[in-house]
Amino acid sequence: MKEDVIILAIESSCDETAASVVKNGREVLSNVISSQIDIHTLYGGVVPEIASRKHTECIDQVVMQALSEAEMTWDDITAIAVTYGPGLVGALLVGVSYAKSLAWALHKPLIGVHHIEGHISANYIENEGLKPPFMCLVVSGGHSHLVKVADYGKYEILGRTRDDAAGEAFDKVARVIGLGYPGGPKIDKVSYEGNPRAIDFPRAKIADNEYDFSFSGLKSAVLNYLNQLQMKGEEYVQADVAASFQQAVVDVLVGHSMQALEQYGFKRFAIAGGVASNTHLRTAMEEACAERGVEFYRPSPILCTDNAAMIGAAAYYEYIAGSRADYDLNAVPNLKLGER
Amino acid sequence: MIFESYSAEETFSFGEKIGRDAVAGAVFTLVGDLGVGKTVFTQGVAAGLGITEPVNSPTFTIVQVYEEGRLPFYHFDVYRIGDSEEMYEVGFEEYVYGDGVSLIEWANLIEDILPEKYTSILIEKDLEKGFDYRKITVEEV
Repeated sequence: MKEDVIILAIESSCDETAASVVKNGREVLSNVISSQIDIHTLYGGVVPEIASRKHTECIDQVVMQALSEAEMTWDDITAIAVTYGPGLVGALLVGVSYAKSLAWALHKPLIGVHHIEGHISANYIENEGLKPPFMCLVVSGGHSHLVKVADYGKYEILGRTRDDAAGEAFDKVARVIGLGYPGGPKIDKVSYEGNPRAIDFPRAKIADNEYDFSFSGLKSAVLNYLNQLQMKGEEYVQADVAASFQQAVVDVLVGHSMQALEQYGFKRFAIAGGVASNTHLRTAMEEACAERGVEFYRPSPILCTDNAAMIGAAAYYEYIAGSRADYDLNAVPNLKLGER
Repeated sequence: MIFESYSAEETFSFGEKIGRDAVAGAVFTLVGDLGVGKTVFTQGVAAGLGITEPVNSPTFTIVQVYEEGRLPFYHFDVYRIGDSEEMYEVGFEEYVYGDGVSLIEWANLIEDILPEKYTSILIEKDLEKGFDYRKITVEEV
């Protein structure tokens, strides 16, 4: 019998300081996230200065908790994994430095993981049957990528955003219609009371790459709509604006994804990232996949948000493929997927 | 100098001209409300510098660096910065006092650490002149 591979993973690329112990890439033994949402709510967005200082303050505690919840000792750990990009450089550095110190002191192998690779790999955790090749849409506050997963650790980006990320658009629109932060969950919730067809917001198409996204124009269209009403002295219906905006985002995400599935003939499709916990998007994707006989996968909401279990899952496949980082591993704020 | 734009295309072209004329070490600050066209203007500047890859919002990473143009281009979005001190962590000084072209969105939030000389760009709407009208004010500071 093969020996178990137990990975201690650390993630600190943006808001969250997180640590997790993952067995053989698919079994999560612990998943600790030190959510900082309360602090950020005060400022209406991610405040990096606070984010990175909090990482330094709580990383020790988060890692020790992950180890103890997993009922593991350092001897049981096969390797240490860490997100080294993309993200906020100050925040990334906390996790990278901590992981390097651990690996060096414990004489364990070190594995550097791409944040997006982590999000995609979150789907392996709860779906034993999911294996490459498949198509994955990664949508979060910082990213909107349509990715072809040819094999474990082998990615091809088919489309990406040309301006704002999907989650960023949710945050900005939520702010202008007075819903506040975090925009995604608030728009998701209030949309149930609104009419998604009340306002016909644009669905952007990119001429030179049909799989790329653009959400900046949609944001402007929402602002123009609000301005128009304001000039006429009319009130807007918050739930209708939220629902119609969300419908425009969902239509574009589903449209691009289905087109890519058809073009490449993939039979498995997954979503990942914070926006993947949007309930309207999940339902729409599920239906669109069902119509085409495509298997649909999505992580639980706790694995959609930034977490370290997904980094442990990705690291497992990197580990068995022989990928190791040196002690000179550095934080790379604009690391591209598939780069080393 | 005041430039009046009546469409996103005109805003882009004006940015492109600024990018074409930009010299090494130039610093531009860019201020304007949400949805006023800061992204479009910045994409124009990047195009003027000869950058072909997509220029997207750096809200997440605070700064995006583009090396493929005639000069390096450092695109900042400091909307989420809580304190100017945080800017040192992202390498603000190395970029702004370097040989590339820096463009800083929401620069009013870090006024205390801006260099002595820069070009200020303000984009404003005037709804009475139409929804797509933008007044772009360029000033040497």
